[in-house]
Amino acid sequence: MRLEAKHLERMKKEAAKTLRAFLIELAIYAVLVVGYFFLVLHFLGQGLRQLEVYHRYTYAVVALLLIIGQAVLLQYITTFLLRVIRGRSD
Amino acid sequence: MFFPISDAHISPLYLVIVGFVIGILGGFFGVGGSFIAGPALRVVGLDWNFAVGTDLAHIVGKSVVAVRQHRAFGNVDLKLGLIMAVGTIGGAEVGAQLIQSLKRAGNVNLVVSIVSIAVYVSISSFMIWESRKTLAAKKPLPPASAKGAKQDYSAFQHVTRAIQRLKLPPIVKLPASGVTISLWIILAVAFVGGLFSGFLGGGAGYIRMPSMVYVLGIPTHLAVGTDLFEIIISASYGTFTHAVKGNVDILIALVMHTGAAIGAQIGAISTQYFAGPKIRLAFVPLPLIGAAIVIYTLFTGHKL
Repeated sequence: MRLEAKHLERMKKEAAKTLRAFLIELAIYAVLVVGYFFLVLHFLGQGLRQLEVYHRYTYAVVALLLIIGQAVLLQYITTFLLRVIRGRSD
Repeated sequence: MFFPISDAHISPLYLVIVGFVIGILGGFFGVGGSFIAGPALRVVGLDWNFAVGTDLAHIVGKSVVAVRQHRAFGNVDLKLGLIMAVGTIGGAEVGAQLIQSLKRAGNVNLVVSIVSIAVYVSISSFMIWESRKTLAAKKPLPPASAKGAKQDYSAFQHVTRAIQRLKLPPIVKLPASGVTISLWIILAVAFVGGLFSGFLGGGAGYIRMPSMVYVLGIPTHLAVGTDLFEIIISASYGTFTHAVKGNVDILIALVMHTGAAIGAQIGAISTQYFAGPKIRLAFVPLPLIGAAIVIYTLFTGHKL
């Protein structure tokens, strides 16, 4: 019984730590995303518009590459952030 | 924020939140979430063609994130996903042709609406019956037939086993899922999913995920991960064709995806804390939401 209680206590602490790390990650991520909106998307906008109007096939390929590239990049960032934050709190 | 490709003004925060919600649903249930994303983009004034194409692009990104997470948990059967992609694309083309025939006959809206309501309600009814029966039975989990396969149990398992016993060559071994089954059955399941995708729109994950569990006998966790992998292929194909037709605003998709990237990871990680029947029971409201949207459209004439 005592062993079970200890195990439960350890699990609760682990969950609390994960949640705290996740919230910190979310805050840092939000700042990065806002920066991304105003810098990257602002500069990409007109170029992509031109591509969409005059070179549809190129636009289709670039669109796919952009969304897949962003997916991989964002996952690396979130995984990295979580590792750093959890590493610091250990 | 102004999006020059679709000539639309949409709040980026709104897009991030919509992406986040769809990301959680996609990561947890293995669905594309177009039944929410489409209406959510229409509500803020995006044209219907852009809503469909942009949603597909966003689904690609979200599914990449969710699949990478599911793969880390061993929830993706790449061999099965690749076979299914062939059947899905074939089915989607036939579904699109069927729509064209109905358009020529002049009764496309009514037929598609009635079929979709019947399909959505049937799936939900069946899944609620099966998952509740499975949870009530409290039977011990069957031994996994392959190393690394996720254990699962279903009250419908006797039918699934009978389907697996059909020795229609060529027979395919799926070690990751722990299933050996005829190639034709896999292709038929994928074809039906693709047919509904082409006929009703969206990725039809609400049909494919349950049929992978009940017909092919794939454990629920693997069905979710593999369905998402298959969605990457079919949605990429859809994104490309829609982008060529001028129906994709990639900037909107990129903004939505910043929310979906986090949501999809939360959804995928959450599956590790739930048993297969509980995931299937939680899945039940999704097709019903789809049915409610179709009923609303049918009675009001407003396409959401």
